[in-house]
Amino acid sequence: MSACNPMTTLWKSLKPYVLVTPQTLVFFLFLVFPIVMIGVVSFWQFNGYSMTPAFTLDNYQGIFTSDVTLRTYLNTFKFVGLVWLATLLIGYPVAYFLSFHVTSLRWQVLLFLLCTIPFWTSNIIRMISWVPLLGKEGLVNQILINLGLIQTPLEFLLYSDFAVVLGMVHLYIIFMIAPIFNSLMRIDRTLITASEDMGASGFQTFKEVILPLSAPGIAIGSIFIVTLVMGEFVTVRLMGGGQAASVGKLIQTQIGSLQYPLAAANAIVLLVVTLMMVVSILRVVNIRKEL
Amino acid sequence: MVRAKRSLSFYFLAAFFGLFVLFLYGPMITIFMLSLQGPEGKLTFPLRGFSFYWLGQVFQEQRVGNFVEPFQRSFLLGFVVMAVAAGLAVLAAMGFRSRFKGSTPIFYLTISSLIVPSVLVSLGIGIVFQVLQLQTNWFSSGLGAHLTWTLPIAFLIMLGIFNRFDPSYEEAARDLGASDLANFWQIVLPLIAPSLIGVGLLIFTLSYDEFTRTSLVSGQDNTLPLEIFGMTTNVTSPALYALGTLTTLFSFSMIAIAYFTYSFFSQRQRQ
Repeated sequence: MSACNPMTTLWKSLKPYVLVTPQTLVFFLFLVFPIVMIGVVSFWQFNGYSMTPAFTLDNYQGIFTSDVTLRTYLNTFKFVGLVWLATLLIGYPVAYFLSFHVTSLRWQVLLFLLCTIPFWTSNIIRMISWVPLLGKEGLVNQILINLGLIQTPLEFLLYSDFAVVLGMVHLYIIFMIAPIFNSLMRIDRTLITASEDMGASGFQTFKEVILPLSAPGIAIGSIFIVTLVMGEFVTVRLMGGGQAASVGKLIQTQIGSLQYPLAAANAIVLLVVTLMMVVSILRVVNIRKEL
Repeated sequence: MVRAKRSLSFYFLAAFFGLFVLFLYGPMITIFMLSLQGPEGKLTFPLRGFSFYWLGQVFQEQRVGNFVEPFQRSFLLGFVVMAVAAGLAVLAAMGFRSRFKGSTPIFYLTISSLIVPSVLVSLGIGIVFQVLQLQTNWFSSGLGAHLTWTLPIAFLIMLGIFNRFDPSYEEAARDLGASDLANFWQIVLPLIAPSLIGVGLLIFTLSYDEFTRTSLVSGQDNTLPLEIFGMTTNVTSPALYALGTLTTLFSFSMIAIAYFTYSFFSQRQRQ
């Protein structure tokens, strides 16, 4: 039949490559090439006005010898840690509830959609929405004062590290919930029945069966959270007021003053640090089965 | 798991879930309420009167900067991003249906586009345009930045759709002598159409609301989220909330349309 035709055989083996080429080209053009250029420019010189091609390690030297960078990185790690912990502690019970306690598929889909919808709307608007709640004259402070719990408004609620973490948890928690929900849904329900039949308590079943089987979901969620928060600058800017610092914001400020080589060097360091974090997550948990 | 009686943990987790939904939607609801105040309204509670005054103010240029043109740009850009991302993702996901050498690195390249810190994409594209001495614009560099975020998502969803796709229809068509192309247009596309419409509209919304990756590469003319970001610092009236309300409602309706077209068409298919 047609399989004997050499042209058909050739087309068959080439077909996947033809199909993936356009998408791959887009990534080479707008992801790989730009990042390579960041690498190149990070060795260039900056004379106060413009950048000139060169090979200098000054930009990197500046980064590794400055106290500011170190403190900025520590602060960024703090954000990553806190946001990760909060999204996991809030996201896991939510995903667990949806997959194990909601019994009808229809409700599962509807409630999951309910959690997902805000994440398709504007991040900026979602952050602004916190202002009337958390501000000095915001709703939370008004209520607390009216209840007589506090005399003067709490100032740490907005334009603080607390607000930054809150904002990021609000923005990114779906990236933790969705993969965990996905891996919980894949757990063979007979395993749980088997565990219960063998006399395991609810907590034992969770610890010995459900938690290990959902670990890949947690890992994927964690990778998202780490990479999203490491490069964050918008939330830090809007919710942190002037004080809060992060690597992303530092880079953005340097770009603002056109110091491209310095920003590039910072971006490369950021990329390497982020990759190291991702790799160490992958070392702990094997996510291949999930993909 | 169907259980006769609901355990204590059900009620505990249900309450937790309820609080979580409140956490998600609460802030949004407060700005909806604040944007419906009377003309004497302020940025904080208590509510001062009720009117559509501030919603109207959004369209008055001098008060809150320009809103109409950035909206048109974002709308157009979202449309182009949707078409490009959905088209390329369908092709690539079809390529991934057969095993081929090099599929793993290509898969990881796609994933990395999703998880690279967004400031790098923005900076990188900015530097490329700077070095090549090209003018950054929302429809060139901005489009590229949007694709780095939307294309992998479209691809992953399409991959999931094709995973659940029953190949027997295609095999039947092939046995009947259909070419690859005929197979795609007459079998595959009609079958994935409902999902494709859903994916397309979600991609549109993602692009419409994208901020971080575009922020450094949009050139002189702002997209809507960039315009709103600029307003946050200098607008001190509820008009800002009104704009937020309108654009959020716009996103909501896109999602609703996506959901209903999807369920409408997939129901018709099942019949």
